[in-house]
Amino acid sequence: MSNLSALTQTVAAHVQFLDVRDLKVTLGNTLIVNDMSLSAHAGELLAIIGPSGSGKTTLLKAITGERPYLGSIQLGGCEVASLSPETQAMIRGVLPQASHLSFPLTVSEVIGLGILDRRQDRLSRAHRVAEALSLVGLPGFEARTYQDLSGGEQQRVQLARVLCQVWDPVAEDGTPRWLFLDEPVSSLDIKHQYQIMKLAKDYARRGGGVIAVMHDLNLTAAFADKVLVMKNGSKVQHGSLEDVFSETTLTPTFEMPLAVTRDDENGIRVVPRFSADHSKS
Amino acid sequence: MSDATAPRHRRGLAAILGLTALSQGDRAGIARWVIVALALLLSATAIGSLATGPILVPVFDLLPHIPGQLLDPSAPLPETVSVRDWIVVMDIRLPRITLGALVGAALAVSGAVMQGLFRNPLADPGIVGVSAGAGLGAALFIVLGNATLAPAMAILGIYAIPFAAFAGGLINTLLLYRIGTRGGFTSVATLLLAGIALGALTGAITGLLVYVADDNQLRDLQFWGLGSLAGANWEKVASAAPIILTMLLATPFLARGLNALTLGEAAAAHIGIRVQRLKNISILLVAAATGASVAVSGGIGFVGIVVPHLLRLSIGPDHKYLLPAAALLGAILLIGADTLARTIVAPAELPIGIITAFVGAPFFLWILLRNRGLTGL
Repeated sequence: MSNLSALTQTVAAHVQFLDVRDLKVTLGNTLIVNDMSLSAHAGELLAIIGPSGSGKTTLLKAITGERPYLGSIQLGGCEVASLSPETQAMIRGVLPQASHLSFPLTVSEVIGLGILDRRQDRLSRAHRVAEALSLVGLPGFEARTYQDLSGGEQQRVQLARVLCQVWDPVAEDGTPRWLFLDEPVSSLDIKHQYQIMKLAKDYARRGGGVIAVMHDLNLTAAFADKVLVMKNGSKVQHGSLEDVFSETTLTPTFEMPLAVTRDDENGIRVVPRFSADHSKS
Repeated sequence: MSDATAPRHRRGLAAILGLTALSQGDRAGIARWVIVALALLLSATAIGSLATGPILVPVFDLLPHIPGQLLDPSAPLPETVSVRDWIVVMDIRLPRITLGALVGAALAVSGAVMQGLFRNPLADPGIVGVSAGAGLGAALFIVLGNATLAPAMAILGIYAIPFAAFAGGLINTLLLYRIGTRGGFTSVATLLLAGIALGALTGAITGLLVYVADDNQLRDLQFWGLGSLAGANWEKVASAAPIILTMLLATPFLARGLNALTLGEAAAAHIGIRVQRLKNISILLVAAATGASVAVSGGIGFVGIVVPHLLRLSIGPDHKYLLPAAALLGAILLIGADTLARTIVAPAELPIGIITAFVGAPFFLWILLRNRGLTGL
């Protein structure tokens, strides 16, 4: 911890950003992410959208240190590849897409894995687990076996684990922490989709950084501050929600006619634009 | 915080015991008690085994004198102790029980570590061919130790066979890991099948050695294939103990990493685990401990499957408790099985591997059936 603070204090001016420059990620001989540059700010929720296979998850995996890359990814002012797993674990939490457990842990055991501070005693750990479970809408689930939960419940338990890992959005020395979420609401019902997105947004509001790979454009429109649109491993557009959410960007990206509506009551909404014969058939 | 939520019905020993700590989702309390109980049971089993055999020994009269004799073998014995009993206990049964405890602990902990590493409850040094690799290494030294390999034998001394077994086990573990794991995920079917193939191949090479072995070596090889503690003496204890104790003392430091691996390799790395280093250390320790066990007792199967599985049912999969508990239960099981092996057909004795296979193989099938559909087999 002291290492981290010493490290971050020297570069305090830069640490509000996550900076990606000229990033290339290859898998075998295939180029998955090509010439990606972007910056994300602490305090904002950045959504990455794009059709399946556009490289969103791979980009996130490079940022989380899971995939080797060419170019530069600076997190907290340091190159991600040069940070030890321990240091990375203290500045950012990662919610993976699917999580299969090899052994039947209880919910509290799963979440406990996210509590990295080994000075915490059993009682405060149990308290933190309970808090995290309430946040994700699963109060009292401590003793349940993870394998017995539904997919959506498992996803929320995993999120609770990640939240415990980076509990305070801003560390004691003022360094922001980061949440990297790969399709955080993909197996949730609509109520919990909004609950979890609110939670992520709140994390950003309190000073943390959030990057989420998203499929649902309307949820993205409701919660994202910034949006990165990807297609075929490249950046289509990166900017504020208002700038990016336009028919001229989304329709060619998803290869489907999309109408973007804006009104005061509902904000920005995206709906398929069916031609007359289309909707009747 | 809603503590009032009732825990759902749970399978296993914990439910039978009706332990209330489960309502907090916290099995740590149970685990601590289980470990204490196992430690007591281990002492009881060891004392019982010390007393049991063709000669019944008044073991409680002898016990107080054992520590003194171990420290200073030249110290005179009190006259109340019969010399015959003393020799039976000190030269025959005690080294055998010590060796059994070490081997049992090594096999059970190796199983638990390997299952954590491969993220699969069916991984075990015996089943996936690691023991066979260790067997080949050891057999090479048994048969060729006085000929081709004599120089190595001269250098390594009593550690020659454990070292060869370690090398053989390590080679098979590494091969298995390369074949069975892809992109951080282990395919159960590939793992088991590759293990069987590796085991068969190494077994076949060991079989070839039979043709160059002389009569004595042949009997050694044969006995050894089934596993036995019959040849136990203090020299064997001395050759295996440093390796096995190192492994037993080192594995608790892997507990957090192995727990994190439950989430998958990527997620383990995300919470700060150096996964590659964890894998390397685990594989080395398992190969070393399996090698040392095989070198002194041959291929004793199924302990590594049965013990961790039983324990997971009662105390849960947390390696912090699972590893020490596995060491204790493995030792208990092997001492118990060995006591049976040397008493039920006395004055002859059964290879202990037959007993562990009789208990373990049906158990293994039971796990397979129970997990059918879960393991993708």
